[in-house]
Amino acid sequence: MRTDTAPRVAAPARWLLGAALVVAAACAPQRLPAAEEAAAKPGADWDSWHANTNVSDLASVQRGARNFVSYCLGCHSLKYERWSRLGADLKIPPDLLARDLMPAGAKSTDYIVSSMPPADGEAWFGKAPPDLSLMARVRGTDYLYQLLTTFYVDPTRQTGANNLRLPTIAMPDVLSELEGLKTAAFRTETRPGASPEQVFDHFEPLAPGRMSLEEYDGFVHDTVNFLDYVSEPTQVERHQLGVWVVLFLLVFTWLVWRVKREYWKDVH
Amino acid sequence: MSLKTATGAAAPMPKAGATGRKGFWPWLNKRLPVDKFVADQVTEYYAPKNFNVWYFFGSLALVVLVLQLVTGIFLTMFYKPGEATAFDSVQFIMREVDWGWLIRYLHSSGASFFFIVVYLHMFRAFLYGSYKAPRELLWLIGMLVYFALMAEAFMGYVLPWGNMSFWGAQVIVNLFGTIPGIGPDLVLWIRGDYGIADSTLNRFFSLHVAAVPLALLGLVALHLVALHEVGSNNPDGIEIKEKLGADGKPLDGIPFHPYYTVKDFVGIAVFLVLLAVVVFFVPNFGGLFLEAPNYEPANPLSTPEHIAPVWYFTPYYAILRAVPDQRLGALLMAVAVAAFLFVPWLDRSPVKSMRYRGWMSRSALAVFVVSFIALGYLGMQPAQGLYVMLARIFATLYFAFFGLMWFYTKWDKVKPVPERVIYHAH
Repeated sequence: MRTDTAPRVAAPARWLLGAALVVAAACAPQRLPAAEEAAAKPGADWDSWHANTNVSDLASVQRGARNFVSYCLGCHSLKYERWSRLGADLKIPPDLLARDLMPAGAKSTDYIVSSMPPADGEAWFGKAPPDLSLMARVRGTDYLYQLLTTFYVDPTRQTGANNLRLPTIAMPDVLSELEGLKTAAFRTETRPGASPEQVFDHFEPLAPGRMSLEEYDGFVHDTVNFLDYVSEPTQVERHQLGVWVVLFLLVFTWLVWRVKREYWKDVH
Repeated sequence: MSLKTATGAAAPMPKAGATGRKGFWPWLNKRLPVDKFVADQVTEYYAPKNFNVWYFFGSLALVVLVLQLVTGIFLTMFYKPGEATAFDSVQFIMREVDWGWLIRYLHSSGASFFFIVVYLHMFRAFLYGSYKAPRELLWLIGMLVYFALMAEAFMGYVLPWGNMSFWGAQVIVNLFGTIPGIGPDLVLWIRGDYGIADSTLNRFFSLHVAAVPLALLGLVALHLVALHEVGSNNPDGIEIKEKLGADGKPLDGIPFHPYYTVKDFVGIAVFLVLLAVVVFFVPNFGGLFLEAPNYEPANPLSTPEHIAPVWYFTPYYAILRAVPDQRLGALLMAVAVAAFLFVPWLDRSPVKSMRYRGWMSRSALAVFVVSFIALGYLGMQPAQGLYVMLARIFATLYFAFFGLMWFYTKWDKVKPVPERVIYHAH
């Protein structure tokens, strides 16, 4: 979860946070600088944000599926996942699946494929949008979470947006209507023996989006959770079955140990 | 007339056979020596009674071999070799084949467990001098099993056709290019193309599912024949055949069946618990058993950030990268693997087991184990700065273990070896 909630939370929450900081200052003065820095420099610790996904949180994965269909499927496919599998695993009844998620004319046994031809993607963005079926396994869920929360306005880019996790990203900031716009402030850092470099310092809000920070954070969490599910749809089943298999094998081990001990009584 | 074994003793028979010449069992045994084989190899094969936990890994290796063969057969039913189909077919297995994910994880985890088991099995040999006379050939055959296993694992790793499969194959196959003279042509011949390509993938598939498993099975059979001919060593390094009882049986030996069959089952059960924990809860094992870049299809235009083989090859990979000259690095890597072959003749100690050796042999083995593990870690790290320097130090220690063995095993002060094995009944 991101920790830079201070600048964009509602006023009462900000008061609470301020009070908390005062209390923290009184109780643990040595911890103040870090807390102050986080509050003053939102996003400074972005590369330590965690997605904290949990694929057995069915409601979250369902919301993630809705988010994916609404905001990602326009360009990105899940070419290894069928609609029917999605419906079965996420316990979405077929009629709801067809009405709310599947594109018109799609069959439930179809794979989840974007209607945008890859060649168009390449022409429009310079790179065809990648298939996301396995992205959570390739990059990890934290990467995806950081990617979706560190877009910032950058007029030098063709899409008007850039990203901290994936600099010069080809993808436009499609979620900005939800998250709002933010700019990134950089500072110049000079290390001995190296030429000065631009280092990210903090985000500055530019325009609010339709969602509060918490809402957007939940949105990204659900979406990444869904991508984690898609990367290996059998995960939940695997964990549930695994408990029984291991328990059985432990009992089996105990039994064969008893048999062994019985036989070896003869050996002196 | 009753059946006799080759030594003239009456062969043990099930009840049906004991009543007379009639019945299926005597008929069968006249034509196929089932009873004789079972007696020679299992029920009257005498093994030392003082085996400890290190002696589980031989039978475990056999269990993993069977696991890999069976899961491999099922994977082959759905896997489709070929540049355009391989990656997708693995995802098909993971997602749409009934229990495909389980079979595939058993196979991928099984590969790593195979090496864990084999490395511990080899360590046991070092610990108790199991390669020393009369078991030199047993050791050599075992090393051939290890080499075949390395080839099998390498080619198996290429089959899912992920990006690390591709680049790993690129790096390893190119090593053959450093052989003077024939190198470049040899690489071309191995790949069947000017790069790692469809033809490479298909021949690796053929070798992985047919040629190498056949060789492995044959070598494992030879390993067992040689073992049962000379008999097992034991933690005291005493030849039990030299102390026979009045009945001609080794005094310190017990029949393999039932004693070691029931005991090995305990090892197998514990092993299965560990395997199940990995398969069901951590099949990637933090990127050690299945690497993240391999969930991306092979892409000749995108090199992974750093190419590292799977953990069981990283000690050798670290040695390769520790040397600035690629040809010399590849040579040292080959020497590091081949060095094991000479151990039976490098070790001149009068005793087998570490229990009766002095500080020199013990320290040398400890240094070797630490070096092997350290090199394994370093082989996974980027080849830069301190990592390379450490790899050079540990590579030197690795070679010193073999290179100086001729001397320290002779100079070492050994303790007297007891007449009989030490066994404490539980």
